[in-house]
Amino acid sequence: MTMMTTGSRIARAALGIVFVGLLVTPLVLKRLSARRAADRSSADVKTTMARHGFYLQEVSQAAGIRFVHEAPALDPKLESIMPEVASMGASVSIVDFDRDGWSDIYVVNSAIGTRNCLYRNLGDGTFKDVAGELGIADVNQPGTGVSTGAVWGDYDNDGYDDLFLIKWGRPELYHNDQGHGFTRVSEQAGLPSWINANTAIWFDYDGDGLLDLFVGGYYAEGIDLWHLTTTRIMPDSFEYAKNGGRKYLFHNLGHGKFEEVSERVGINSHRWALAAAAADLRGSGHPDLFIANDYGVSELYFNDGKRFHEVGEQTGVGFAPKSGMNAAFGDILNQGRYAVYVSNISEDGILIQGNNLWVPKQGTSGDAIKYENLARDFGVELGGWSFGAQFGDLNNDGTLDLYLTNGYISLDRNRSYWYDFSKVAGGNSTIIGDARNWPAFEGRSLSGYQSKRLWLNDGAGKFVDVAQAVGVNDTYDGRAVALADLWNRGVLDVVVANQKGPLLVYKNTVTPENEWIEFELEGTATNRSAIGAQVTMYWNGQQQVQEVSGGSGFASQNQRRLHFGLGKYPQMERAIIRWPSGKLQTIDKPAAGQLHKIKEPA
Amino acid sequence: MSQTAHLTPPPAAPAGWKHFISLDNRYVAPIFITCILLMGHLSFGILESYQRTLLAIVVSIATELALGRIFFHKWVHPASAYISGISVGILLRSPAFWPYALCAAISIMSKYVLRIKGRHIWNPSNFGISAMLFLAPETVATLSIQWGNYLLPMLVIWVLGSVIIWRLRRFHITFTYVVSFIAFAFLRSLITGSPWQSEIAPITGPMYQLFIFFMITDPKTTVRSKTGQCVVVFLVALAEMIMRMYQIVYAPFYALFIVGPTAMLIEIWLDSRRASSEKLAVAH
Repeated sequence: MTMMTTGSRIARAALGIVFVGLLVTPLVLKRLSARRAADRSSADVKTTMARHGFYLQEVSQAAGIRFVHEAPALDPKLESIMPEVASMGASVSIVDFDRDGWSDIYVVNSAIGTRNCLYRNLGDGTFKDVAGELGIADVNQPGTGVSTGAVWGDYDNDGYDDLFLIKWGRPELYHNDQGHGFTRVSEQAGLPSWINANTAIWFDYDGDGLLDLFVGGYYAEGIDLWHLTTTRIMPDSFEYAKNGGRKYLFHNLGHGKFEEVSERVGINSHRWALAAAAADLRGSGHPDLFIANDYGVSELYFNDGKRFHEVGEQTGVGFAPKSGMNAAFGDILNQGRYAVYVSNISEDGILIQGNNLWVPKQGTSGDAIKYENLARDFGVELGGWSFGAQFGDLNNDGTLDLYLTNGYISLDRNRSYWYDFSKVAGGNSTIIGDARNWPAFEGRSLSGYQSKRLWLNDGAGKFVDVAQAVGVNDTYDGRAVALADLWNRGVLDVVVANQKGPLLVYKNTVTPENEWIEFELEGTATNRSAIGAQVTMYWNGQQQVQEVSGGSGFASQNQRRLHFGLGKYPQMERAIIRWPSGKLQTIDKPAAGQLHKIKEPA
Repeated sequence: MSQTAHLTPPPAAPAGWKHFISLDNRYVAPIFITCILLMGHLSFGILESYQRTLLAIVVSIATELALGRIFFHKWVHPASAYISGISVGILLRSPAFWPYALCAAISIMSKYVLRIKGRHIWNPSNFGISAMLFLAPETVATLSIQWGNYLLPMLVIWVLGSVIIWRLRRFHITFTYVVSFIAFAFLRSLITGSPWQSEIAPITGPMYQLFIFFMITDPKTTVRSKTGQCVVVFLVALAEMIMRMYQIVYAPFYALFIVGPTAMLIEIWLDSRRASSEKLAVAH
């Protein structure tokens, strides 16, 4: 082959120029992207308010919250990779445990002998830890494992939310004695002696008016992480593992007793569950169950009121395996349908899984509903080693925004474990599955010190990260995120639990031009916590649906109160409440700027 | 990866029924890699999406056809470009579409731009993927842990791959590399104190199967002599070992990126010197 002619030389030179141009294309794209991000984050408070309509201020110290999470120290056989195997446990949940109208904060600790805290909201901008005096602090005693999360629901319909404590260890149920104390009722309830779980949710799957409880195992339940008989406790595959903990569905029989029915109703999985959430995704009147699994595909269970049917692959959410760590629902397009956000891992140049935003496909609904991952199109795909995320209208502009925390293990800033991690994670199951085969951590970081994401929804299908601009500057190893109107101001504040880090409380200040409305529901025929009740808000010719949740995100629970931002000058039309009992209740032209306390009509 | 083509002229078409079961060597590697892709995706969902892989294949073949037409005034057989495209489609991991198109285009163009004495010196997909990892690490990674960690599919690939590579008379390259890698893995384990299982682990993963069967055996970018080929892949494994000591995640790609063209350049220089000597001898 010869290229001797002048024409060929010119063509070759032109090809060379194009070739170099293509090589520098990624660098140009990176530069442009960095410039846009810098523009967004370099503004003062006044400009930020004008541009985004809100800003956040971290106020935990001023609010009297000085909680720092401690990680567990597991069996010494795991010492060399302790930072990894003990990398979860930080959790936060919101509850008004004493029904005084102020949201309280429960936060768990994960080292043996440490204490969990229940921060009672004093209503004056401060909180006071009352867990000790109420009997739910000293719950990480030797031999019982440690706390990894908590969810609240009124399982006996006495008006007060009860506490289910998620553990790597002995799971606990505490009955709320009318806000004056808690009584441990785990044995009476029929809970098993040991589960290594990171997720649980309250929901009434069979619509009998009694809250049931789902618990998703992570490590297999036969493993006592403090007294190992084997080091073969790790996943047998990085993305196809099925040697995790089993799943539990505790059917509420009433009178404080539960019956485990998971297998009987069609839930039989040993994937490594990290997050679960339930909502009526098909308009069937029954809550469907979404499980985000680490080391594998997500699972979606359609619920017909009696049985569950796994439809992950059929609906599109359960084919490509990733490292699911979050499950949150949000009507991001104000269409009356939920999208599902699942967080995964993205590390530059090593592993780009990308987070998933499962949006219902146009033209599909009901049992034939299909989802497509539009995370990239919407701009919420890359969030580092992502963990907890929640949808909420943080600037009250009428669209749901997305807060994501991230960061896995922050140790030595200059030395990374990624090389060793990727080396082993791609290996054969006999290698990856045994902790002895994993190289020692030796103080290295693994996706540590990461910047958080706060994606603002423009309502037209794009989210823009404004975290740095609005004051979210921490780089702790974030795990759980919970949203609540902590000071009854008509805005959503953000609480973040960090692994081996402080509990952060981001107080929100929103431009007063943007209006809001909130609903606090109480069931009668329905479970009294009203978990599963849906409110569809209609205003300005648009609608948005939200559902009272018994746990979502990662190891977290938002306030049960539903908060809608309405934007400027909202023309209120109506709110329609669909109670889990099937009753529909319409409120015409509800007043904006108010909390509406609504009891299910007889 | 370029096509793993035969070194000898294709045999005459067999007569009768043998015609139907005998396969032109040019198609063996494309069919094998397509089988790997389909097996991997249908059983494990290894691809980001069919569309992204298809995009890489289409861009790769289109670039090859266009550049072949412009520079060589003929329609180049697309088998080589198909392998490059499908390799990019499997190995590259990105949620975006553009890296697949860009990587495929860069891979094929490198064959036409980076030429010495009429020979391209980089394995196309090795060049393209290494370039993307260097230049766009925030957008791309490669296939590494996004596959099953189970032995059976790997055994199938090893057996099938070995048979095919044997048929193509390049098994010695793969074999030398694998033996060298394992030896160096134990050496690394001794030096670093890491469990030997963790050092062996990478070669049991999916990325390496494509690397050892397609990339390092590419006839267009390997030296001619059998001994030379063995020496070169040994040096690739050695360079990889050194990079692994510095915890470079994509050590095999970068090792081949450096060692492969260096060996080619040396061979081209030796050829040139030999040709000069022969010319001188003829002149005298």
